[in-house]
Amino acid sequence: MTEPLLSIEKLSISFFTRLREIPAVMDFSVDVMPGEAVGLVGESGCGKSTVALGIMRDLGATGRITGGAIRFKGRDLVTLPEAELRRIRGREIAMIYQEPMASLNPAMRIERQLMEVPMIHEGASAAEARARALEVVRDVRLPDPERILRAYPHQLSGGQQQRIVIAMALMARPSLLILDEPTTALDVTVEAAVVELVKELGRKYGTSMLFISHNLGLILETCDRLCVMYSGEAVERGRVADVFTRMRHPYTQALFRSIPLPGADKTARPLRAIPGNFPLPHERPPGCNFGPRCDYFEQGRCDARPIPMAAIPGPERHETRCLRWAEIDWAAPPPDEGSRDPRPPGAPVLRVDDLRKYYEVASGPFGGRTTRVVKANETLSFEAREGETLAIVGESGCGKSTLAKVLLGLETATGGRVVLLNEEIQSTPVEARDPSTVGHLQMVFQNPFDTLNPSMSVGRQIIRALEVFGIGTPRDRRERMLRLLDLVKLPRAFADRKPRQLSGGQKQRVGIARAFAGDARVVVADEPVSALDVSVQAAVTDLLMDIQREKGTTLLFISHDLSIVRYLADRVLVMYLGHVVEIGSTDQVFAPPYHPYTEALLSAVPIADPRVEKTHIVLEGEIPSAMNPPPGCPFQTRCRWKHATPGMPCETEVPPLRTLAPGHQVKCHLPDDLLARMEPVIRLPEDTAA
Amino acid sequence: MARFILVRIATMLVTALCLTFIVFWLTNIGPNLEKIARSEAGSRISDAEVASWLERNGYAEPVLLRYAQWLGVAPGWTRQEADGTWRGRCLGPGETPEEAPAFCGVLQGDWGFSRVFRRDVSEVILRGLALTGALMGWVMLVMVPGALLVGIVAGMREGSRTDRVLSTGAILTTATPEYVSGVVFIAVFSSSAVGLRWFNGSATSAMDAITFQNFTLPVMTIALYGMGYIARMTRASMAEVMTSQYIRTARLKGVSFGAVVLRHALRNALIAPFTVIMLQFPWLLTGVVIVETLFNYKGFGWTLVEAAGNNDIDLLLAVSVVSVIVVLLTQLISDIGYALLNPRIRLS
Repeated sequence: MTEPLLSIEKLSISFFTRLREIPAVMDFSVDVMPGEAVGLVGESGCGKSTVALGIMRDLGATGRITGGAIRFKGRDLVTLPEAELRRIRGREIAMIYQEPMASLNPAMRIERQLMEVPMIHEGASAAEARARALEVVRDVRLPDPERILRAYPHQLSGGQQQRIVIAMALMARPSLLILDEPTTALDVTVEAAVVELVKELGRKYGTSMLFISHNLGLILETCDRLCVMYSGEAVERGRVADVFTRMRHPYTQALFRSIPLPGADKTARPLRAIPGNFPLPHERPPGCNFGPRCDYFEQGRCDARPIPMAAIPGPERHETRCLRWAEIDWAAPPPDEGSRDPRPPGAPVLRVDDLRKYYEVASGPFGGRTTRVVKANETLSFEAREGETLAIVGESGCGKSTLAKVLLGLETATGGRVVLLNEEIQSTPVEARDPSTVGHLQMVFQNPFDTLNPSMSVGRQIIRALEVFGIGTPRDRRERMLRLLDLVKLPRAFADRKPRQLSGGQKQRVGIARAFAGDARVVVADEPVSALDVSVQAAVTDLLMDIQREKGTTLLFISHDLSIVRYLADRVLVMYLGHVVEIGSTDQVFAPPYHPYTEALLSAVPIADPRVEKTHIVLEGEIPSAMNPPPGCPFQTRCRWKHATPGMPCETEVPPLRTLAPGHQVKCHLPDDLLARMEPVIRLPEDTAA
Repeated sequence: MARFILVRIATMLVTALCLTFIVFWLTNIGPNLEKIARSEAGSRISDAEVASWLERNGYAEPVLLRYAQWLGVAPGWTRQEADGTWRGRCLGPGETPEEAPAFCGVLQGDWGFSRVFRRDVSEVILRGLALTGALMGWVMLVMVPGALLVGIVAGMREGSRTDRVLSTGAILTTATPEYVSGVVFIAVFSSSAVGLRWFNGSATSAMDAITFQNFTLPVMTIALYGMGYIARMTRASMAEVMTSQYIRTARLKGVSFGAVVLRHALRNALIAPFTVIMLQFPWLLTGVVIVETLFNYKGFGWTLVEAAGNNDIDLLLAVSVVSVIVVLLTQLISDIGYALLNPRIRLS
């Protein structure tokens, strides 16, 4: 057997504050073989990024490695002197970060940032370094490398910046690449292209990879082996295929049950959230860290002493940190939570008709005379019924947030009509709407951390919403507020707490309570769970579904996450560059015939199920700017079907919205026979068998 | 860029116009004019004599008209005395209105005559500016590099002992105004009270020849005050930059600490303090008033004090114009320099 390239043994890392020592990583071991890609999975706060920075020994002033060894090519990085360490950083081990914009020096041209690496490590001359930079920028497939090299980071798009960060990591041909959530800040189609690139370059250069992510689907697509972390410990390690199909740790199992995989259904097979909360680093329970949230917890045994890693016989190097792994029936179906009756949608409550929103943008900072028109929303038409979930899907810049703003009255429409309960509201700004209209159309925001007033108690903020909507008398508002807390399943005692005392999921519940304070008929939920951890996402999603079922609220669910859309939406609306390119029921949109953009979007979403087969469609190029949209079909610059039939007017005419089936419309020129021949992008085992 | 500079220059002109009118109006209210008459024609003259003196010297005309004359957009006043000689704004001794130009204001390049110094205003101002320029130049030379160095050294390792020592020092110097530190310096370094007679307590001799001995104390008095402020701004900016992700990127690329600071952090850390440094120029102008008076150095600030104390109208007006130009010019330089340092900002 070959020697591992990187071998972490019983690593412990602590942060020291004035109050106490906070152990962030405990007894953590993982091996990375040459040429192997190892995934590190866990929720936020589980210590996965700390491990990465620990390998680089860049833990800041307060962090310290308190035990264990990090052996890299036979040398222990923990005890290596600073100067030696510098020779390894960037040359032997390189890192790719989560936010590309923040990781590039804003005041330095790209070329200088790239050239620096070989100049430091190999003593290369400026000319050699520049030649290398040009070569690597070509390798990461950026168009016009010369121009890119001369650019400053802010002149590039997010996807291009991430490619530059990757190029920088590859400049010195490192033997180990650490990727810390490299695609979290990117759109799905861009993410798919970046992941493809990283895999290909890994093969080309024979680089080993440590891939840190919270996204199980991505790990499945990129890694050979993975290590699941929970609360500072590795809880399960093994080959990706083994862990995904035969997990042997309750946390891994719970994680898989809480993510929406194809086949999950909100009424028949709802997601299961992991009960309880993540333990704080200084409040970890004795024994098994996952014990208090575990379905298989056994008192007196699981909480008696620290649990060691146990090897599972059979599969290669599969280990779990569970005492009971041999006793648990892993194949047993999850405890039945009782399926729920689907609620048939009622009468239409919101009708959007030919809605348009254009912005005029001045071209210079001094308000030059030439203004350009940005068409953020172009001829949007749809209807939402009572008790229905309509998902609005699209990548950044597609106009979904503009649509939300127009609906809520934060912006007024340029043209068209928005009718809420027989009242036209498209040109009434929110200040001019009467309180009941405002209360009827509410929003749940993406980031629960920024949308609550930090200096006001939770109860006070909900009461404030009741006051604004003019609901109740001053005396019974407190009672109503407590009932709203019950509705979102928060303890009534939370009324007196400040937002900082709440976890992310709890804050989002407060946001939901506030949105429902005015008996909302329509709630616009803008990526309500994307800022939350996987295990909490399921709980918040289910809460929204429960409230909807109880109150018959119409939910406009804005998201870029197609897995969750598939799970909870009744109908889906796909947007691209301000246009609705496809609308239909969830089944219609997720099955062929597709709009070519929907097809690419579906193929780009990583799915954490090894049984699913996917067609890989990588979109070339960037999303065009809304300031300067292409002529004809908005998607024509990236469409892979454009040349399928000659003589189509894709480049000259905006396609009409065609009805393919009752309720299923597509904005595309493709002829019917071609659409009919389209194959499904995602194939479940049942489908392939059939 | 050209458009941006034009806009700025227009702003400058409008501001100068407004400010000079306010100064003109304030210096020309009744009691002030009476004071001028009494100081020129003798303090014991009667009220009637004051009125006739003002009448004869062109002070009796409406304020707006006289302001226009000062600007050079209205013809200067002329007046024939009983003996047949002519007097007037634009007239030299013995000249008649036909011989002299009709307009003589700022637009014609004539800044008027200083009553206090008995010289042309332009001459007085130029001399004052030259002297103050020398002082400010030395202050900047000491203050800016010193402050940046202190700020960067303190900020590159936030919370370290060096940082705490330097930061405390910076707070101390900023918290001590010039009139306190100046007096303390004179007492310690140039009087017999302490006995360290290292430097001169007066900078009068520096007007002819600047030496280490006669110039150190005034320069240090101003520099220390501003230095603490700039150093703290630089430190805050540097500390923020050092925790940013791109610095971590650089560190994990294998760049050494020195190179991280010099190549990656410095330019980004200087963006914020640059504006502050440019703001120091106009602010120094007021600082020099105290220091020049304290050290008896007859520069621009001292001139301002003399002009204000004696209601020297023409001189005060010129001083205000110069101040406006200094303030807005430094702002312009600050904005352009900011854009050069920060590639994300483009002015047009």
